[in-house]
Amino acid sequence: MDQRSKILAIIRQVAGQSVDPTPEQSLFESGLLDSFTLTDLVAELEKQFSIRIPDSDLTPRRFDSVERIETYLQGRQ
Amino acid sequence: MSGARLRGFGCYLPERVVSNAEVAAQLGCDAAWIVQMSGIHERRWAAPAETVASLGIRAAEDCLARAGAAAGEIGLILAASGSAERRFPGPATAIGAGLGLPGVPAIDLPIASAGSLFGLAMAAELCGRYGNVLVVGAEIMSRAIALEPAGRDTAILFGDGAGACLVSGETGFARIADALLASDGAFADTLHLELAGPIEMNGQSVILQATRKVPRAIRELLERNHRQPGEIAVYLMHQANRNLIARTAKSLGVAEEKFFVNVDRYGNTSSASLLIAADEWWQGGAPAGPIVFAAFGAGLHWGAVLAE
Repeated sequence: MDQRSKILAIIRQVAGQSVDPTPEQSLFESGLLDSFTLTDLVAELEKQFSIRIPDSDLTPRRFDSVERIETYLQGRQ
Repeated sequence: MSGARLRGFGCYLPERVVSNAEVAAQLGCDAAWIVQMSGIHERRWAAPAETVASLGIRAAEDCLARAGAAAGEIGLILAASGSAERRFPGPATAIGAGLGLPGVPAIDLPIASAGSLFGLAMAAELCGRYGNVLVVGAEIMSRAIALEPAGRDTAILFGDGAGACLVSGETGFARIADALLASDGAFADTLHLELAGPIEMNGQSVILQATRKVPRAIRELLERNHRQPGEIAVYLMHQANRNLIARTAKSLGVAEEKFFVNVDRYGNTSSASLLIAADEWWQGGAPAGPIVFAAFGAGLHWGAVLAE
């Protein structure tokens, strides 16, 4: 599974919905994520990409779309 | 800290009960939405003549009465508030004056939300020198919110009140065993109240930080004291949001019932909430066993205290 597919699978898992957001779509404004499911999203990203996301990186904007998540993960590699 | 003990709690809540319906009408939102977002059903608002210090004095008097202590036994006052009316002096000295304690040192902790927790930890360290330390958390948050649709995300949350705790170096029902305090100014802008107000909060960022930092602090505190989360008799948390409390319980793998909750009746009373919750829990019989206090708030400041 490529990176984008993995991210989308995580979003579907934490949102509890079978959704297919566009890469630039805001996950918060579209209602797919809220403050608490964002925490779940970050935890799943850490688990499935085997990374530790420091608290200093935890800003909602950084994880607000598939594209932004991809950018963040690429910066961590 | 080994000799510090919790001697008693007290609180004061303003008479005026403000329903979600009343708040919703001013904010242009639905009362049911407030419950869904926060678990809050109602809150208290102070009367115009009341001040942060007057609320704190009432809570302190309640605490002294319940603890069976006289004001003259107090050797130090620590007063937490994020909503004090002026730059200086803060409410600590006014609380001391209200209790008739000239000469007793009184220190302000201008720390919203986590202020009482920091006060408890500091009192535990200082009671060996000062004897009985009175910790007060007092807030009038209703004067810091914007009662208009643009401010609804924060205005729905807050209420007014005060709590107090007497920490003694000699006597009490539980020993303060350890405390873990932490701060991070890098996120200061996520939750702040400027002098002209109103309070501004990036709720998503605050919750994201809190849901990680609070369980981690509790876990670290318990690990270094050779305790498991399930061994704790009660978790007394800053009452910010019912969903956040539930999330903390889930993160620790502890039944939510172990977390005392009264945010539904008083809203988020910032630094006062921890001690108001502690007082209600204590009045309810305070079952034996280890107690964890935890809080998170503007600063950022967060931490946990273990008593047993």
